[in-house]
Amino acid sequence: MPPEAPKAAPAPKDNRWKLVEAAMRRHGYKSHALIETLHTAQEAYGFLEEPVLRAVAQGLRVPLSKVYGVATFYNFFSLKPQGEHTCVVCTGTACYIKGAGDIMEAIEKKFGIEGGETTPDGKISLLTARCFGSCGLAPAAVFDSEVAGKLTVETTLSRLEKWST
Amino acid sequence: MITGPRIKTLTIDDKPVGAREDETILTIARENGIRIPTLCHLEGLTPIGGCRLCLVEVKGIARPVAACVTSVQEGMEVTTDSPRLTQYRRMVLELLFSERNHVCSVCVSNGGCDLQDLAQEFGLTHLTVPYQYPRHKVDASHPWFTLDHNRCILCTRCVRVCDEIEGAHTWDLFGRGMQARVITDLNQPWGSSQTCTGCGKCVHVCPTGALSEKGKSVREMRKSREFLPYLRLMRQGRQV
Amino acid sequence: MITLEDLTEIAAKEQETRSAADHHVHVCVAASCLSLKSDLVKESLEKEVKQNGLAGKVAVKGVGCMGLCMAGPLVTVGDGVLYQNVTPEDGIDIVKGLAEGARPISRLEGDSKAPFFTKQVKVVLENCGKIDPERVEDYIAADGYRALLETLENKTPVDVCHEIQKSGLRGRGGGGYPTGLKWSTVLKSTGARKYVICNADEGDPGAFMDRSLLESDPHRVIEGMAIGAYAVGASHGYLYVRAEYPLAVKRLKAAIKQAERLGLLGTNIHGTPFSFTVDVRLGAGAFVCGEETALIASIEGGRGTPRPRPPYPAEEGLWGYPTLINNVETFANIAPILRNGGAWFASLGTAKSKGTKVFALAGRVRNTGLIEVPMGMPLREIIEDIGGGVPDGRTFKAVQTGGPSGGCIPAPLLDMPVDYESLAQAGSMMGSGGMIVMDDSSCMPDVAKFFMEFCRTESCGKCTPCRVGTVHMHQILQKICSGRATEADLALLLDLCDVVKNTSLCGLGQTSPNPVLSTLRYFKDEYTRHVIDKKCGASVCKIRKDEEVHG
Repeated sequence: MPPEAPKAAPAPKDNRWKLVEAAMRRHGYKSHALIETLHTAQEAYGFLEEPVLRAVAQGLRVPLSKVYGVATFYNFFSLKPQGEHTCVVCTGTACYIKGAGDIMEAIEKKFGIEGGETTPDGKISLLTARCFGSCGLAPAAVFDSEVAGKLTVETTLSRLEKWST
Repeated sequence: MITGPRIKTLTIDDKPVGAREDETILTIARENGIRIPTLCHLEGLTPIGGCRLCLVEVKGIARPVAACVTSVQEGMEVTTDSPRLTQYRRMVLELLFSERNHVCSVCVSNGGCDLQDLAQEFGLTHLTVPYQYPRHKVDASHPWFTLDHNRCILCTRCVRVCDEIEGAHTWDLFGRGMQARVITDLNQPWGSSQTCTGCGKCVHVCPTGALSEKGKSVREMRKSREFLPYLRLMRQGRQV
Repeated sequence: MITLEDLTEIAAKEQETRSAADHHVHVCVAASCLSLKSDLVKESLEKEVKQNGLAGKVAVKGVGCMGLCMAGPLVTVGDGVLYQNVTPEDGIDIVKGLAEGARPISRLEGDSKAPFFTKQVKVVLENCGKIDPERVEDYIAADGYRALLETLENKTPVDVCHEIQKSGLRGRGGGGYPTGLKWSTVLKSTGARKYVICNADEGDPGAFMDRSLLESDPHRVIEGMAIGAYAVGASHGYLYVRAEYPLAVKRLKAAIKQAERLGLLGTNIHGTPFSFTVDVRLGAGAFVCGEETALIASIEGGRGTPRPRPPYPAEEGLWGYPTLINNVETFANIAPILRNGGAWFASLGTAKSKGTKVFALAGRVRNTGLIEVPMGMPLREIIEDIGGGVPDGRTFKAVQTGGPSGGCIPAPLLDMPVDYESLAQAGSMMGSGGMIVMDDSSCMPDVAKFFMEFCRTESCGKCTPCRVGTVHMHQILQKICSGRATEADLALLLDLCDVVKNTSLCGLGQTSPNPVLSTLRYFKDEYTRHVIDKKCGASVCKIRKDEEVHG
């Protein structure tokens, strides 16, 4: 990894940073608010970029390496920017039994991206989730923030195609 | 009335021993000259029970327990050596060897490595599980030290010594499962860390050649850990 | 200060509004139906009611999960009529039918007298599908918060622990530890303060009981926690919910605000010295955080890695203080137990497993959804009668319970009763309640591979056997499923199972070999076919002939 110069801190007047700041304040800047703060930061910025992590560490007085360790321990946090649209395919047991594997394979084949990757044009990010509890409707996926169930390879691909044009 | 910890009596390998209730099986075994193999444990650091080499059997408990984190209890009957324990410890060692790329013949710590010592103790000449050959980098960005992930066993001694003794918390773990890795600060080259004091404690508590001093060649790295019990003792003295 | 009289008054007012209407239309607005656009159905119904001048006569209400998720969006009219797969356009007909004197719309009608509904016994889910999860008044009208106030008025903490002990309730998170005993332990532990934690980190893939409950009846869980806090002497609680459940989080946060507003949470509740507040904490996608010590580490803001027990959280939990941790469903059982008495609860279920259990029925079964049955009901009744059996003319092969820590139960064992002991004896476990049915299109080594992949990626990495052992086990299963494995691999797999099961630090690691061990126990022939004949009976595994040569 090439040495990187520390990136600029987030501007204090940035509205997104204000949200993060508010989350920290709500918890009295206690170190145990780290995960809650990272949730807010990810919601505000879309992903956890380095300057934000650095500023959160400073705000909550948590060691830098601990912040990074926590951010990478949990699946929910992303340290890379996401595509314009996200498709989260559930790979829980019920969905697996009902063919989520085929759906993933079809997407991988069609768009050339695997779980956790974004298409080169930045349009679609493909993610997988460990069950979001829509097992009654398996196989299921979340298209942006909309949950869709009883999917087939065809219905999934046609939804994604609409995004890529 | 005495309010301090109570005294318990128990047996370790059929030997009756006495212990304070806040002491662990490992401490008492060592006090009584009974050897239990350990790897992630290091006197002076908070035990975590991670490596699972110090497993011992306790009568009445189905699964073996980690001696480094299990407190003594009245009437406990502990067995520190049995064919079953040997088999488990061997397999744990095999798993560690298969996980990264441990090549003793080219290692700075050859001849001074806790993992190698254990392999010799258990007569580990080959593995029954396949090597994983992961691709790991070497970070030589620090002016005095080198970090070679290929030789790391994730015991977190470096993380603990840096947090508990040096107070810098430069180290932590990244990711989880077999993807886990030790990192400095925001997963940046060690040499660019703003929190590292360069004290070298992490290097000397590291059980393998994962952390070493620069300029050392094969077999030349020897770790000295006398500072650890000394610093602990001095800190306790200050607290009283 | 809120009193029992206040509750009665609120309930009476609710009843009054309710009886003013002739017809009650309930629309499910839990996540499953919502994802099928039940919100639009509700809007359409409301619009139609207004346009037909039926406001006040026909009451439309959003309610929690009705159970039969596969047929959503679900709508009920009155007590007897159930509509399935309702679209917003159907709202027109439904309201027209009501205007014309409660004429049911036959094309939408489902059988509300089907075994799916009649065979269930609802204790935990009694309000699901009946009350509006977003209004505390509706919960109060269903006797809500009565148990809390009566407890504060008439019972000592010791009394409460005794009542729970008498009920025989056991932890619904999986382990089945006696709840009353846990509460008494925390009560007896000394600490400057104590905490109550509700574990809603429902990580088992294929389980959605907690999600449905939190979305459908959040106040019940909060009331259970408050009673628990009183019983053990805690004044603050945390609800640890998966971030994947945004709707549950939203409703919980709203419910906490409502309860605070009414003085059901806060300081000096009901004019007693008892104070209790609750905070919601979001999980962030780590299965291991369902393990109680890992969950505590996560609430403390760190990496969710477990630590060795003892000391148990009952003695040393959150920030080192005595902590009571129970699962969502466990807390949801508390209010009914205190309202009806421990003896009533103990009369349900079997000798050692009391009460009911909520299951999430999914996979290859006709009626997928949320169900609640008395403990001890034979598996066959659950799958064939309630679940309606396996569809598409296929044959039943196995049912998976207990998630990645559980096992697969084969057809010959279908007549076994569902309780903690029987499931454990069969090599599985109760777990939190996921029940996934598999038919002959599933390949068992492939299923074992699926779960091992799960455990491998969810391993926190703290202890060696789980971190590395699961990787090796997964690789061997991959070899088996691609026809490259030998008998030596199978033997090594068993060795690894033994080591990982007996030497891992926490429950996740210790139980991770279960799916392999249970499938090996009941479907050994499938493994042999893959290893010796290089064939997959279910044609799931892609075994290429050339790999036999190069393998």
